[in-house]
Amino acid sequence: MTTVREFGQAGSGLLDVAAIREDFPILSRTVRDGRPLVYLDSGATSQKPRQVLDAEREFYERHNAAVHRGAHQLAEEATDAYESARETIAAFVGGDVGEVVFTKNATESINLVAYAMGNAATADDALRRFQVGPGDEIVVTEMEHHANLVPWQELCRRTGATLRWFPVTDEGRLDLSGIDELVNERTKVVAFTHQSNVLGTVNPVGEIVARARRVGALTVLDACQSVPHMPVDVRELGVDFLAFSGHKMLGPNGIGVLWGRRELLEAMPPFITGGSMIGVVHMEYSTWADPPQRFEAGVPMTPQAVALAAACDYLSKVGMDRIAAHEHALVGYALERLGAIEGVRIVGPADTVDRGGAVSFEVEGIHPHDLGQVLDDRGVEVRVGHHCAWPLHRKLGIVATTRASFYLYNTPEDVDALVDAVRAAQEFFGVRG
Amino acid sequence: MQLDAMYQEIILDHYRNPHRKGLRDPYDAEAHHINPTCGDEVTLRVALTPAEGEAGLGPGAVVSDVSYEGMGCSISQASTSVLTDLLIGRTVAEGMETLAAFTELMQSRGRGEPDEDVLEDAVAFAGVSKYPARVKCALLGWMAWKDAVSQSLEKEGV
Repeated sequence: MTTVREFGQAGSGLLDVAAIREDFPILSRTVRDGRPLVYLDSGATSQKPRQVLDAEREFYERHNAAVHRGAHQLAEEATDAYESARETIAAFVGGDVGEVVFTKNATESINLVAYAMGNAATADDALRRFQVGPGDEIVVTEMEHHANLVPWQELCRRTGATLRWFPVTDEGRLDLSGIDELVNERTKVVAFTHQSNVLGTVNPVGEIVARARRVGALTVLDACQSVPHMPVDVRELGVDFLAFSGHKMLGPNGIGVLWGRRELLEAMPPFITGGSMIGVVHMEYSTWADPPQRFEAGVPMTPQAVALAAACDYLSKVGMDRIAAHEHALVGYALERLGAIEGVRIVGPADTVDRGGAVSFEVEGIHPHDLGQVLDDRGVEVRVGHHCAWPLHRKLGIVATTRASFYLYNTPEDVDALVDAVRAAQEFFGVRG
Repeated sequence: MQLDAMYQEIILDHYRNPHRKGLRDPYDAEAHHINPTCGDEVTLRVALTPAEGEAGLGPGAVVSDVSYEGMGCSISQASTSVLTDLLIGRTVAEGMETLAAFTELMQSRGRGEPDEDVLEDAVAFAGVSKYPARVKCALLGWMAWKDAVSQSLEKEGV
């Protein structure tokens, strides 16, 4: 395991990236005719350290069996591994073990809540807390990823509830000026992102949660871009549900998490039904298991849960506060250097206050797809497009942006490579100011 | 450097000075196509003239105009511009053959051997086919053309 030392001059906030990078085999490969890889797309998915890959392999090599079934030794070991992974992951976000539900990804986590509410809509009054219908309102924000927008649109369509949203200001922050009118006694759910995947904006969770509580609305936080990058404690945040994906936090693909307040999960009807999520089954009817099993139908993704726990251990060992500080320093440097290029316009907050490790920008005269192509030719891998936040781009009056996103393995030299590549693109397309 | 193979001068010329850009009347049908991965879009109109001696529109009808408006990358904009060069003045049947040849080239993953007699300036897009993520960009306007022509013929009940 990596030992973490202070990088560069004391107080720079930067991690000892050289040591960390040794744990990530992919970062030493080359791309496009021998160019060193400069990976700036961790907002889409992160790379994985050996420790995570080894944990998954070890499970398959030593303990593989279907969990919560069978009484043989491997089944016992697999079940232990699965449940102790749940403990590690729950502790990582400050939750209890019974409050963590494993899903396919964060998108499924959010759909789980939305569909459970849809199922409750046709049930009896015992599920009133989760029922929505005509006259009720669901509030989202204009900066949501499609994953935290479309499921709520669909819930409204199915139930007759009304979708409303917080607008985004020109500088890329939530406009909370109308919060008391927007979140009112008709509001049943307030679903919003902790940190925008496009703008990097970190939203004021406390203020929104306080208002939602006052009117009795449930809160659902999309924590995909926060849990991997900063210390997150569900009790401190005070939200009711929190969703994140494993693959964005050094973990494997195919596993996501829904954390939910215990009393809510206990009262909530299931989304996907089938094996493992039942109490008793008759030909005529079935009853449900207690959470979290109620929400985990079918044989779950045990090797991925084990590997995600290894990812949490890795992140904890480096220190989430140190990772946040490292990214903060990189973002500050990126904003300064990119912002100094003539023709570059940063989309989102121009300073580092309440801002995480994603920097989206436009380059005058170069479409993001064309810019991305030049960057890729130089080994700089970024995301181009609308980043699954089409309404946000429409609001900002742009078709698409280029996004660089950072993680614990990125360096100031990566930012330099990005800046050089942007300048090269300006030269290539003849738009240099 | 692979970039030069992709961004041929012909492509950059069409991008900077697109041919026949802007929406015009009259037209028989209009199609609006969007690339959902990046949000690029094109609105494209087709005007057809019945084949000589025929009253209605059929495969022998002549493409009398193609006009378009769009937002997008150099590849999507240039390929739509090249399309107007290639297809205006041709019959619908000839245009469909050109479309098939262009589609085949774009799906060749860099191994296509385009027929310059058929594709003319569009052979410049051969380099784009090495980048699967960009193939949709190159085909955006062409798919809108196919759609608009189909609509025109359907109106005629062909």
